[in-house]
Amino acid sequence: MESPALSIPEAPSLVPPALRGILPLVIAIPTLALFHWSLTGSDFATYLLSVVGVNIILAVSLNIVNGMTGQFSIGHAGFMAVGAYIAGYTSLQLKEVALSFLPVAASDQVLFLLALLAGGAAAAACGFLVGLPSLRLRGDYLAIVTLGFGEIIRVFVQNTDAFGRALGLSGIPQYSSPGMVFFWVFLVVLAARRLAGSSHGRSLWAIREDEVAAEAMGVDTTGYKVRAFVFSSFFAGIAGGLFAHFVPIINPGSFTFVRSMEIVVMVVLGGLGSTTGAFVAAIFLTLLPEGMRSLFGALGTEGSLAQRVDQIRMPIYGLLLVVLMLSRPQGLFGTKEIWDVLPRWLPRKRRGLA
Amino acid sequence: MRRLAPMLLAALAVMAGACEKKTQPTPSGEAGTQAAQGQSGSTVSGTPAAGSDTILLGQVGALTGGQATFGISTRNGIELALKEANAAGGVNGKKLAIRVYDNQSKPEEAAQAATRLITQDKVVLILGDVASSNSLAMAEKAQAAGVPMITPSSTNTTVTQKGDFIFRVCFIDPFQGFVMAKFAREDLKLGKVAVLQDNKSAYSIDLSDVFTRKFTEMGGKVATTESYSQGDTDYRAQLTAIKKTQPDGIYVPGYYSEVGVIARQAREVGLKVPLMGGDGWDSEKLFELGGSAISGSYFSNHYSPDNPDPRVQKFIADYKAAYGGVPDALAALGYDAARVAVEALKRAKDLSGPAVRDAIAQTKDFPGVAGTVTLDDNRNAVKSAVVLKVGDGKTQYVTTISP
Repeated sequence: MESPALSIPEAPSLVPPALRGILPLVIAIPTLALFHWSLTGSDFATYLLSVVGVNIILAVSLNIVNGMTGQFSIGHAGFMAVGAYIAGYTSLQLKEVALSFLPVAASDQVLFLLALLAGGAAAAACGFLVGLPSLRLRGDYLAIVTLGFGEIIRVFVQNTDAFGRALGLSGIPQYSSPGMVFFWVFLVVLAARRLAGSSHGRSLWAIREDEVAAEAMGVDTTGYKVRAFVFSSFFAGIAGGLFAHFVPIINPGSFTFVRSMEIVVMVVLGGLGSTTGAFVAAIFLTLLPEGMRSLFGALGTEGSLAQRVDQIRMPIYGLLLVVLMLSRPQGLFGTKEIWDVLPRWLPRKRRGLA
Repeated sequence: MRRLAPMLLAALAVMAGACEKKTQPTPSGEAGTQAAQGQSGSTVSGTPAAGSDTILLGQVGALTGGQATFGISTRNGIELALKEANAAGGVNGKKLAIRVYDNQSKPEEAAQAATRLITQDKVVLILGDVASSNSLAMAEKAQAAGVPMITPSSTNTTVTQKGDFIFRVCFIDPFQGFVMAKFAREDLKLGKVAVLQDNKSAYSIDLSDVFTRKFTEMGGKVATTESYSQGDTDYRAQLTAIKKTQPDGIYVPGYYSEVGVIARQAREVGLKVPLMGGDGWDSEKLFELGGSAISGSYFSNHYSPDNPDPRVQKFIADYKAAYGGVPDALAALGYDAARVAVEALKRAKDLSGPAVRDAIAQTKDFPGVAGTVTLDDNRNAVKSAVVLKVGDGKTQYVTTISP
């Protein structure tokens, strides 16, 4: 039997040091390309997976504030709306523009990326503006401020002609694809994981556990909270931008307080502070209503049962949430991550093989 | 060990991808076939409804959420029409069936449900929705897939502009604003009117814009335009501002849920003048919420249950027998939309998208319960509107105004 101390240095040698930094990209891009290719032609799967992806980005990014830092933001849909409208508006303005040195499809994707980044940046700027004054406070104040912010954005959009007012913005070029959405899912998960392990992340955890103690240890609590908040808002803006490019019409009704709560529910259900939890809960909760539709469809074909039941889908969804939270109050994953659990047995297995 | 994490992540992503894929084994092939059909329309019998002896239609409606009574009324109307059509032998020997999906009154859900109907259930035709933003979301998907769509009651002009597969069996918003302006000016002889619009609804804004323009053109004066947001519960501030201008009437083109409360509060602040509105008022709930305060008000609508036409009376009797209660305009329009669809399916040479589309486009002088339907070149129905007076617990037919 080798000692663990010996076996650990062995494992990393599998990957050349120069490759380590970009390894995730090297793996992810072909995977995503394959994923994208496998979905070509199936509109429904494409649409549904795009919604799933957007929800994952929202849940994972909100988890940085609500889970890791222990603050309580309930205005994520507001940041999403900023991203959606700014990115959508940018794309709408650039609709006729094409970069001459690129083929049309590639040029569209470049412009799409630009629009997304514009949306993300706008959301991040809003996050900074909202976060700076309110994160100096403690406790529930942030919840109230973010709630107010979400409503302000919605009302603002509703009364702005350039954003289509109440009817919403339609005609945004539908550039998005599951490949693109999941590329951002990959980025947000990677960023969240790297953040959690960094010293920056440790400070966030410290704030979550005890803000006074963290401050006493020299953690600049406001600074860290604001940075986490801006980071989270940026990804919410990106999610909104993606959303605007596959949903035919964006409308203030899609960014209500209820939407924010749905994201909070995903984070809480997954386990506050667990990126894996947010990821899994987002997938689960997005597919659940659609799954119920399939189930009911299978039960009664064209009879009235299936039709009546489509109406009670949402109450059942609510009931399931109550049951889940009662049976597992710490969330599905607690604060555990899948990468905390798996590597413990992986090296052991490798040793067995050797 | 940490380096493993990204790999695991990637693996997880793959697994997630694989799992989703499994639940939809067919669409990639099927969607392709359907797209091909949409383009060529030459496929012989491999129609979307696929060989069996039923023709499947789809409906997307708001069965839950803010405008639930609209979606449910529409569904009842459609169900009734299909039941009758099936009893009369169906379409060329095939029975009609409908699959209804809820969109929770949200456009992204509407797009999702429409995509599901098109790619998973492979419906021949889609009916719905009431709210224009939801219809717009669906229209985009239906147009792209080449599946005809008929909206029973989306009155926003932009809906049918989405493309040649999108139709409607109701009039459009500008017309309703015009109807009320004409009625207020010529029948009620009002001089000065205040407008209270719902800023959250494009429908309300459209109606109030056209009303304001037409009413001013006809020599009237719009004293003030105040606004509220759907879901508000207190309108006293706006109503007090309106009261200061001493109008002869107030135009409130909102939805029944707010209008009832607005009426009560208007009487509370001492405004005794009649209120006027559009088809968003049309619900049994209006009487419940408005009580006596709403009596004596007027609204424009698609149809009136008082219409003595035997066809209308038969529809009302059948509806009452099946669902209880007098059908509202949305039920009537749902009924009409479904019947227009059935007639078109009978005329269509096959069940492919373009064939059905051409058949619907030919609809002319179709005798619906909510007026005679003729589709114009923009795929909008040209028909007259009725003005109803709100009485004690019921509405009363006042007049019909033609375009």
